[in-house]
Amino acid sequence: MNDSTLTASTAGGQSNNANISEAVIRIAGNSQDGIQSIGGFLARLAGRSEQEVMTFMTIPSTISGGPSIFQVRIGTGEVLSAGDEADVLLAFYQHSYEGHIDSLKESGIVLYDSDHVTPNEEWQKKYNHVAIPISNLTIEAIGGTARDKGKNIYALGLICRIFNLNSDKLKGLINEKFKGKNPAITETALNAFNAGHLYELGDLIETFSFSEATHRDSSQVVMNGNEALAYGLIAAGVRFGAGYPITPWSDIMELLRRELPKYGGSFIQCEDEIASIAMALGASYGGRVGVTGSSGPGISLKTEALGWGIMAEIPLVLVDVQRGGPSTGMPTNVEQSDLNIACFGGHGDSPRVVLAPANVEDCFYSAMEAVRIAREFNVPVVLLSDQAIGTRIEAFDEPDLKTLCKDITPDLTPVEEHKPYSLEDVSGVSPRIAPGTQVKSGKYPVITGLEHDELGHPTGSSQLHQEMTNKRRNKLKTLAKSLPFPQVYGGDHGDVLIVGWGSTQGPIHEAVDRVRKAGEKWSSLHIRHINPLPEGLEKAFDGFKHVMVVEMNDEGLYGYGQLAGILRARYCDPKIKGINKSDGMTYKVKEIIKRVTAAIN
Amino acid sequence: MSASNTVDNDASNGVVAEQSLEDAEPSNRAPLTKKEISADHPTWCPGCGDFSILALYFRLIQQRGLHHEKITTVAGIGCSSRFPYFVQANGVHFIHGRALPFATGVALSRPDLHTFVFGGDGDAFSIGGNHLTHTARKNVNLTYVIMDNFVYGLTKKQTSPTSPIGFRSKTDVGGSKDKPINPMKQLVAAGATFIARTTATNPKHLLAMMDKAMDHDGFSVIECLSECVEFYPGAFDKATPRKGGAFKEIPEDHDVTSELEAYKLADDSFPGYFGIFYDVNEPTKNANEASLISSAREKVAGMQDWEILQKTFDRVK
Repeated sequence: MNDSTLTASTAGGQSNNANISEAVIRIAGNSQDGIQSIGGFLARLAGRSEQEVMTFMTIPSTISGGPSIFQVRIGTGEVLSAGDEADVLLAFYQHSYEGHIDSLKESGIVLYDSDHVTPNEEWQKKYNHVAIPISNLTIEAIGGTARDKGKNIYALGLICRIFNLNSDKLKGLINEKFKGKNPAITETALNAFNAGHLYELGDLIETFSFSEATHRDSSQVVMNGNEALAYGLIAAGVRFGAGYPITPWSDIMELLRRELPKYGGSFIQCEDEIASIAMALGASYGGRVGVTGSSGPGISLKTEALGWGIMAEIPLVLVDVQRGGPSTGMPTNVEQSDLNIACFGGHGDSPRVVLAPANVEDCFYSAMEAVRIAREFNVPVVLLSDQAIGTRIEAFDEPDLKTLCKDITPDLTPVEEHKPYSLEDVSGVSPRIAPGTQVKSGKYPVITGLEHDELGHPTGSSQLHQEMTNKRRNKLKTLAKSLPFPQVYGGDHGDVLIVGWGSTQGPIHEAVDRVRKAGEKWSSLHIRHINPLPEGLEKAFDGFKHVMVVEMNDEGLYGYGQLAGILRARYCDPKIKGINKSDGMTYKVKEIIKRVTAAIN
Repeated sequence: MSASNTVDNDASNGVVAEQSLEDAEPSNRAPLTKKEISADHPTWCPGCGDFSILALYFRLIQQRGLHHEKITTVAGIGCSSRFPYFVQANGVHFIHGRALPFATGVALSRPDLHTFVFGGDGDAFSIGGNHLTHTARKNVNLTYVIMDNFVYGLTKKQTSPTSPIGFRSKTDVGGSKDKPINPMKQLVAAGATFIARTTATNPKHLLAMMDKAMDHDGFSVIECLSECVEFYPGAFDKATPRKGGAFKEIPEDHDVTSELEAYKLADDSFPGYFGIFYDVNEPTKNANEASLISSAREKVAGMQDWEILQKTFDRVK
């Protein structure tokens, strides 16, 4: 918490209202309690109030039930991570209380459902406990239901009261959420909300108000990474996809299945992972870029067909929402352990493009970029998202859709002749036409996974295999030359350069901010283009004594994570070192600072 | 049953709906000559049954007046799957067993093309068995010719899923023990809407089956016995009159709309019946997707794509 400290009033008497610039609220309950929707409402409200917001959630990998949390950090200034420690913990059950009290900052507020939670005496000395019989009060407000429904909305009302949130806007959001359903449902939800909102806090607790956010010129949209990625694909002109359900990728396929028909497109649920990538490649061959995706083991299954796409030079976007692995692993936890399979998965020399979005907003733009690169270079692009970025909600500046949206309908204008694997251009990039295009020479191409000549006919020529291998590699080198150099966050020179990729950007930036404030010379470099790497990274490394690659994957046999291994192989620089972990959780800011500090001393 | 008739497939699949593809095809072009449709000289062994299937595919293209750019020939891996290299048209040589889902991607996103898939028994019933079932139940609008030789030829004589019990191969030197797949029974059970059986040694019948398959709206599949003269010579002599066998056509009174009747015919011992086992009209995947698209587009009528997305973004502000 910045600017002011958020503490409950310990002295009796009238409650005060403190002005704060940000707060971290953790809601802990069971997955069926609808705590994600409380978080969703808060995030949406923050977006509408021109505030920054970031969320973090965990869900159990069980069909129904199991402990679940949702953490939301709302701030008037820039919010980079979901926050290391919570200011307020809302605990629905004993296990929620016991399991998450550690996440609360010292003298933080624990708001608990006294119908289910018996407080611990030790902890009562350390944290400010506020007991509210949430379950019974909800029943009083809306009548009893067998499954305790509605207490999430009641709790939302309570939070609204404690933080002086705009209750009219929240009620508006509730109305929108239940729009189209039975009006009685909306009414019940509003009753629960009002009851929570009107709960007489008395002198139990201090209330807070967020300081006024600076006015923005553009409005913000609020969504999670999976949504932003899927909408980015649509904006880029993707109109066909195919997939097989697997957590956490399924959200993207469900969204595309729902949305694509509006644009005249289709998303097909396939019999398996292999059929999905095959079908997406078929659609790409048909003239547009097809999309498929998966998580965990599904990615392994797709690698043979991915290799075909590389050999046959067919564009494709393969989304990998990474989860804990190997094998079935930790389906609902985060890990960055698919970088190697994304870059190298498959047999033979198979250069492909790998992009890793750094935050929710970047999911949208990376998806657009993936489609553009796939089309321009006739190559499969792996979009390396992860569970954390996919499920967390952020508010970001609304994209200018009118300018950004692309039409990639194939051009079927007849051509004189066509060689899909022409070796003419030294860039390695050859033209591609969609079937349906008349070729006046009467020589039609075969698109193939066998090594081939320029027209696509099979060859056993050792010279052609060398030349075509060069071609497939050189076009990625051409791409590398056009990539923007990633900006160094902090100063260009100093002691430590933290290198990261993917969803760790927020906590890494926050760690850099925090240590720089304390006078340390740390900076960070976040790499979005994983394969090929942008040129000139060594120049950024030159300015620092230590290059620490922070990743959520294992340190491996030799002490380097997956990106660190690539960077060491590429730059042969012994100062590149790895900071790794495999606990299925996102990095905390203090964890990064502590680990890096320990490693350099 | 009626959806495939009520929804105009070619016109309403939105993936290419915005453009008139027919404009690209001048109507006054002469049918292709055999020379114009032939590409590489086939690499099959002399005497291979696959030559006959290729020759009749050319004949089919000619008699239907198809043009190069409208034809897409897709194959997986195997001797027979070399097919696309020999056809002068858009060709795809995909990976082993997965030609059907690839072709589904083509057929659904480009309903203006004629999508044909050729492959062998390994592709169809072994590595790609799952895809055969699901392409059938989805009823994707394409034609699949399974060139069945009862043996793995490209890898030089291993047991195939259709090899009869007792067949001596390099992987079953004492004779195959696993029960062979009955393609007709499997296709009926999978829900294929057009199922036919023919042989490479009866060109007239083979051409007629391909022609009828192409007429069919939906997934049409043909099992065509095609002898491997190198690794399983004489496999189909019992079905070849000039080798003393019998080419037994399906009786004219067979009810092609009855799964049960088709199954009974399929139960006949080798060489079995030839002809159309099953032929019904059911909603195709193409039509189902097209109707999903047209009802979704009703709500966004007159809007440009970016405006549709803007509407969605307006709701998450």
